[in-house]
Amino acid sequence: MTYKNRLDGRKNNETRQIIAKAGVIKKADGSAYFKIGKTWAYAAVYGPRELHPRFMQNPNKGIIRYSYIMMPFSGMGERIRPGPNRRAKEISMVSQKALNSVVNLEDYPNTVVDVVVELAQADAGSRCAGICAASIALADAGIPMKDMVAAVAAGIVDNTVCLDLDYEEEHYPEFAKEKVDSEHVADIPVACIPSTGEITLLQMDGIIDSTQLIDAVKLAKEKCAEIAEIQRQAVRARYEGDKK
Amino acid sequence: MKEKINEMKKEEVQIKEMKKEEVQIKENKKEEFKSEGKLLVQNKTVVVPGQVLAEGFDFLPSYGTYRKGDKILANKLGLINLEGKVIKTIPMAGRYLPKKYDVIIAKVIDVGMNAWRLNINSAYNAMLISKEVGNTGGGYNSYPQKGNLSKIYKLGEYIFCKITNVSGQNLVDLSTNGPGLRKLYNGRILYVNTHKVPRIIGKKGSMVNMIKNATGAKLVVGQNGVVWIQCEPKMEAIAVKAIRKIEAESHIPGLTGRVKEFLEKETGNKITEETNEHSEEHKQSN
Amino acid sequence: MNNDSQENMIRLLSEGLRQDQRAFDKFRDIEIEYGVVEMAEGSAKVKCGNTEVIAGVKLKLDKPYGDTPDQGILMVNTELTPMSNPRFEFGPPSIESIETSRVVDRGLREGHAMDVKKLCVEKGEKVWMVNVDICPVNDDGNLLDIGAIAAIAALKNTKFPEVDKDGKVNYKKKTKVSLPLLEEPLPVTVIKIGDHFLIDPTENETNVLESRITFTFRKDGKLCSVQKGGDGSLTVDEITKMVELAKKTVESNRKALDKAK
Repeated sequence: MTYKNRLDGRKNNETRQIIAKAGVIKKADGSAYFKIGKTWAYAAVYGPRELHPRFMQNPNKGIIRYSYIMMPFSGMGERIRPGPNRRAKEISMVSQKALNSVVNLEDYPNTVVDVVVELAQADAGSRCAGICAASIALADAGIPMKDMVAAVAAGIVDNTVCLDLDYEEEHYPEFAKEKVDSEHVADIPVACIPSTGEITLLQMDGIIDSTQLIDAVKLAKEKCAEIAEIQRQAVRARYEGDKK
Repeated sequence: MKEKINEMKKEEVQIKEMKKEEVQIKENKKEEFKSEGKLLVQNKTVVVPGQVLAEGFDFLPSYGTYRKGDKILANKLGLINLEGKVIKTIPMAGRYLPKKYDVIIAKVIDVGMNAWRLNINSAYNAMLISKEVGNTGGGYNSYPQKGNLSKIYKLGEYIFCKITNVSGQNLVDLSTNGPGLRKLYNGRILYVNTHKVPRIIGKKGSMVNMIKNATGAKLVVGQNGVVWIQCEPKMEAIAVKAIRKIEAESHIPGLTGRVKEFLEKETGNKITEETNEHSEEHKQSN
Repeated sequence: MNNDSQENMIRLLSEGLRQDQRAFDKFRDIEIEYGVVEMAEGSAKVKCGNTEVIAGVKLKLDKPYGDTPDQGILMVNTELTPMSNPRFEFGPPSIESIETSRVVDRGLREGHAMDVKKLCVEKGEKVWMVNVDICPVNDDGNLLDIGAIAAIAALKNTKFPEVDKDGKVNYKKKTKVSLPLLEEPLPVTVIKIGDHFLIDPTENETNVLESRITFTFRKDGKLCSVQKGGDGSLTVDEITKMVELAKKTVESNRKALDKAK
C-alpha cells in the first residue's frame, strides 16, 4: 500500500508551515531566520571584507565562506557535541556551492563574504532551511545576486514522492500505521534558482529508481518557486512595514 | 491549354494568398515586438533579487537590474528609480565601495615607517603616505619625518581625508592635503548605512545643517558611512537619534518634515528657514 | 580601544548620561520567551536591548563521577560564534567563552540551584546529566548576565523525558516532571568607567571599561559567586558601592523571570 495519507495529513507536495524574517541580527551586514515546521535556521552575513589568510584570496572575485553549525540542543535525541564535525563540514561545502552560482562578487576581488548558519532546532530538512535563510541574509546584506536560492528536501516514503519530510516520516517504517510496501525512505535535498529553474544542490540518501529521482527533483523545483516568493517577501518586509 | 492556364491562375492565386499570409505573419510579429512592455513595479518601491520588474523589450536594464529573455529582473536589494525607459535601482544595503574624490573618515590600524594603513569601513583597507599629509593634517607646518609617524596620527585615531586613487586591484590611496581635512578627536564616532549618507547630508547639506543648528553639534559625515559628532552631552543623544531616524526612514517620503519636527520637539529650538539655508560650501565640514 | 572613545564616554557620564540614555543602574528591557525549542528538554530565548540569547537544556543518563556516586551532573557551556559578533572566531573555546561558562556554572553550582541528589537514578551506576548550552544570536554586550538569565529560564522550562522499561531515554516523549530546582542564582555585572559605575553595559561601554565585577545572588539575597575582571584596580569603597548597586538591580531581573511564561 503506497503512502496515501501522510502522517500529519499534508498533501504530497505540501511543505510544513514556513515563517521567514530578515534583519534579525543587528550586528550583521545581513541576516535572517527561516522556520519550516519545527526546523529553525538563523543566518548572518558579514562582508564583503578582507580575506585572511592571503593564500585563500581569489584575485578575480570575492568568495563565499559558509559555516553550518547546529546548536547543541537542536537535535532530536542526545546533545550534539559542539565543534568541527565531518557532516557539518560537508553540508557547509555543498551549501556554499549552492549559493555560488547566483552571487556576483566580481566587483570585490580578494574579499570574502562570511555566511554563518546556525540551527536552533533541527527536525529534518535542516540544510535546506539553512540555505533558504542564507539566501535571504545575502539579499538583506545588499550582495549582488541574480536571484534567490530556494531549497527543500524531497523524499520518497513507501514508493511515494513527497516534499519536506519531518523526523517521523524519515523514520517511516517505525511510525507506519499500515503495512508498508517498501522499507526504504529516501532523503533528497534540492536547491534551485527559481528564475532559471537550475538546480544548484542535489543529494540523495536511500534506495530508489532513477525515475523516482527525477520525479522528486521536479516536485522540489515547483515548490522552490513558491518558497522563493516567501524569501523575497521577507527581504522586502523589513522596509514595507513602515508604509502605512 | 485552358486547363493549364486555369491551373497557373490557381497557383498564382495560391501564391498571392501565401504571400498575403506571410506578410500578415510578419506584421503580427512586428506587433508583438512593438507591443508596450509591461512595467510591473512602481517607481520608488523596494525590490529584491530575482523579482520581475518589467516584461517586453521596451525597457532597458541598468544598475541593479538585468535582462533575462523578455523580462527584466533585479539583482540587488534596492529602490526602483525609473528614468524614462531605463530601469535602475538605488542600493539600500551593502558595504561602502571606495571611489576616487570621495571624502571619508578613516581609522588608523597600522603605523609604518613611511605610511599608515587605515580601515575605511569597506571591503578594503587604505594607505596614507607621509607625503600626502597636508599642512592642516596634523598641525605640522613641515614635512613629517620618517619614523615619527605616530606623532602625527596614532593607532586608533580617526582621520577626515579624501580618496586620491582607487587602483584596479582596489588599493585605495588617501590624502589629508586639502581644506578641512584633519584628525578628528574629542568626539563620538558613529557608523551608519553608507547608502543613507546622501540623505543624512541632504540637498546642499540642508539636512545635516538642520541637525547642527538645532543641537549646536559639530558634525562631520564621511561618505563611507562614518560620522563624527562633537557636542554638548545632552544634545549629543538627540543628534544621534536624529541620524538614526534618517537611517531608518529614508525611504519613506516626508522625511525632512519629520526630522524637523523631531528636532524641534526634542531640543525645544525652533528651526526657521533662515537657519536652514545657511549651508556652507563644504557640505561635510563643520 | 581608542582613548578618545573612553574620554568621550566619560564626558557623557559626568553629565549623568549614557549613550542610550539609560539610568546608570538599570538593565535594558528584558523579554523572555520560554520553550522556543520544543524538541529540547527545556529552552528559553532572552532579548535585552539588542543582545539576544537562546539557551537550551539537554538531559542524558550517564555514569556519575567517581567521587559523587549519588549525585547528578550539571554542565554549562557557552558557544560564542561569529554569528553574533564577528570578533568571535571559530575553533576551540576562547577564554571569553570559557569565563562566561564557568561563572554561570559556578553560580548555579555554589548557589545550589539544583538538588543534584534527586538526579540520581541508581547510585554509582546511573544519574541524570544536565547540559545547558547558551548560544548568543546577537551580541551587544553583557552576554554573561543575559546568558545566565536564559540558562535559568531554560532550566525552569525543562521537563524530564520518559524512560522506558529498559532504562533507555525516549526523547520524543516528555513527562510533566520538572527539574528539582531549589534556587535561581542570577549574576549582575557592574562596570567602572572613570568614576562611574554602570549596570548592564552595551558593547561600546564594555570596550572602554576599566574594571568589572560580576556578583551572583540567590533568591534569599545571599551571594554565591563573585568574579572580578578588567585591567583596572578597585578600592574597597568602590567594591562596596558596586555590590550594593548589583543587589538593588537583581530583584527586577527576578521579576522578569517570574512574569514570563
